[in-house]
Amino acid sequence: MSETKTGHKWTMIVDLDRCTGCQACVVACHAENNVPTVGPEEVGMGRSRHWIRIERYWDGEYPDIRARFIPIMCQQCGHAPCEPVCPVFASYHSDTENLNVQVYNRCIGTRYCANNCPYSVRVYNWFDPYFPEPLEQQLNPDVTVRYRGIMEKCTFCIQRIKRAEDAAQAEGRLLHDGDVVPACVQACPTKVFTFGDRNDEHSEVAELARSRRGFHVLEDLGTDPSVVYLKGGESHAG
Amino acid sequence: MQGDLSRLRNFVWPHQDDPKERLLLDPIPQEEMNQIMLRPMMKAGPGYWLTVALLALVVAGALFGYWFYMIRWGMGVAGIRRPVGWGVFIATFVFWIGISHSGTFVSAILRVFNAEYRRPITRAAELMTSFSLLAGAIFPVLHLGRPWTVYYMLPIPNQRLLWDNFQSPLSWDLLAITTYLLSSTIYVYLPMIPDLAMARDRTKGWRHVLYKLTSLGWRGLEYEWHYLHKTINIFAFAIIPIMFSVHTIVSWDFAMAKQIGWRSSIFGPYFVVGAIFSGVSAVIAVLLVVRKTMNLQYFLRKEHFEALAKLVLIFSFSWAYFFFNDYLIEWYGGEWVGHQLLTLQARGPIAPLWYGMIFFNIVVPWTTLWSKKVRQSPTALFFIALGIQVGMYLERYIIIPGFLQRQRLPFDWGEYNPQPVELSIAIGTLALFCLLYVLASRVIPLIPVWEVLEGQLSHSRRRIGKTVVTSIAELE
Repeated sequence: MSETKTGHKWTMIVDLDRCTGCQACVVACHAENNVPTVGPEEVGMGRSRHWIRIERYWDGEYPDIRARFIPIMCQQCGHAPCEPVCPVFASYHSDTENLNVQVYNRCIGTRYCANNCPYSVRVYNWFDPYFPEPLEQQLNPDVTVRYRGIMEKCTFCIQRIKRAEDAAQAEGRLLHDGDVVPACVQACPTKVFTFGDRNDEHSEVAELARSRRGFHVLEDLGTDPSVVYLKGGESHAG
Repeated sequence: MQGDLSRLRNFVWPHQDDPKERLLLDPIPQEEMNQIMLRPMMKAGPGYWLTVALLALVVAGALFGYWFYMIRWGMGVAGIRRPVGWGVFIATFVFWIGISHSGTFVSAILRVFNAEYRRPITRAAELMTSFSLLAGAIFPVLHLGRPWTVYYMLPIPNQRLLWDNFQSPLSWDLLAITTYLLSSTIYVYLPMIPDLAMARDRTKGWRHVLYKLTSLGWRGLEYEWHYLHKTINIFAFAIIPIMFSVHTIVSWDFAMAKQIGWRSSIFGPYFVVGAIFSGVSAVIAVLLVVRKTMNLQYFLRKEHFEALAKLVLIFSFSWAYFFFNDYLIEWYGGEWVGHQLLTLQARGPIAPLWYGMIFFNIVVPWTTLWSKKVRQSPTALFFIALGIQVGMYLERYIIIPGFLQRQRLPFDWGEYNPQPVELSIAIGTLALFCLLYVLASRVIPLIPVWEVLEGQLSHSRRRIGKTVVTSIAELE
């Protein structure tokens, strides 16, 4: 009887050459993780609730100009700035999955983690969530609906990781590369994302992470992110 | 001819301050002194009750009313947004913790350095410490998304094995503020005991009962005085490091973070100096109101305000030094985001606040307080001191929601606009502070009469040859 391999290093590879900025990942994430939409006024105030967002930057000057897109989600840092500042351990590090997890029931809502996140990826529940019809019919039963006053963020679809682990354990085998597919990875039409366990030497992510095009966003801060971006074309965006 | 000679004998060098004023060396009978203090306490006219009612109304409506509104609907009713997670609430919190340094500085530091002029002003300043801490301590609870879970932050053993993270500066904050609140409350209470006993012996009714309970059976015996002096001395020394640590820890809420503009090793002393700067000028403003409304001109003289104004000027210099240091390093470092922050201050939407801060904290004190005439003018001092409150509030506002508007990834930038809820709650805590102080002014003797008396007994004016000198008898 084989045990589920412990000590995963879940890693996301984002190939910037492939991103068209279509936002399919954003929609998939909203649907998978019960993230409510908030309407134009709130978004105008900077309160959009996307766990993953497409940042658009302009490259060059008109007329020789092109848009560059960078999908930014929680970087699941190895040395996460959000973790030490939380007074109640709501934001803490899972050693088995090597993920930053957010414990909703512990969160008291100081917003310190959001202030301290250099990627500004933490999303706060300013109000109670509202799902206009028929969206309330499609809530994911595997994911909590969060109420006002707490912080949340991208989890790398931890519910899908757990489901894949359970399935592998039931079949008495190790996790295979490609068993875990987060919602954004699944939805992306141009296969921008690759997801897997970097501790598995032969996984696709381990190979891609060694690419010469690879870099981390704001690498100089020493946050040791688990998201590796692959530089796009001739651009040095990011 | 004879008249001229006697005038000559009483001649005091004009550049010397007259110790008669500063040290109250024109004693009046002790009982008269007690009555000067007690009389306004017993008297509460319609104006007084109107003030109390008005303040209570503001506290109930602007503070608690809006707070419940915010709890009901969520933090979203405030103007904070991504990436500005902390706004007016935390700026006001830091402001109140800053004011709380007034009492400890004026009282404890001047006490251990034997600055004799402190005697009449200590109590009123110490009370400000306790009340402003209460006003400030509301905010760490109020700014939580789920304030009903605030006890998660307390290290209480529980069956769910929740424990607080002592790595978090917010946990340090909690410990520092509760320690400061407790120790400063004890520190204001201890020297009050003889005055409460004095009030006990001269009042009837509920006041007599209250003072009898709170004066702990003080009889004024020698050993009681001995222990009191000893305890006050220990507390005065012990509370100084607490005072320094409190605002240093508050500054660490920011300095420990990754936010650009916050990440500064100078924030500890910078915040402490800023706190004392705003605290001492708040003492001036409050004491001027107390003196006017309670007729305490005998105890609080313009020479006391002059001495405090000198302190304010010195702390304005020190604050400017730290401000300049912090600013210059950011500028010289030339980091792109840091440069964006400086542009935001000099030309961006918060530029008026930034120039206002420099005007109230540097320009006004530096151009006015060098003049003895200004330092001795209550009206001028009152407005300069209030201006410094505005300036120091702006400083906190610029550092907290101001700096958070700029992030390393330009896509995440955002403008922060305070909403009525936030402003009302901030004003509500100002009303709470005033209400507590106004109520206390009728129950607590604001002037430590025994300390003034002690000062008068230990100082006397002697004539040596042709000059008049102040002689000091060492206490204890």
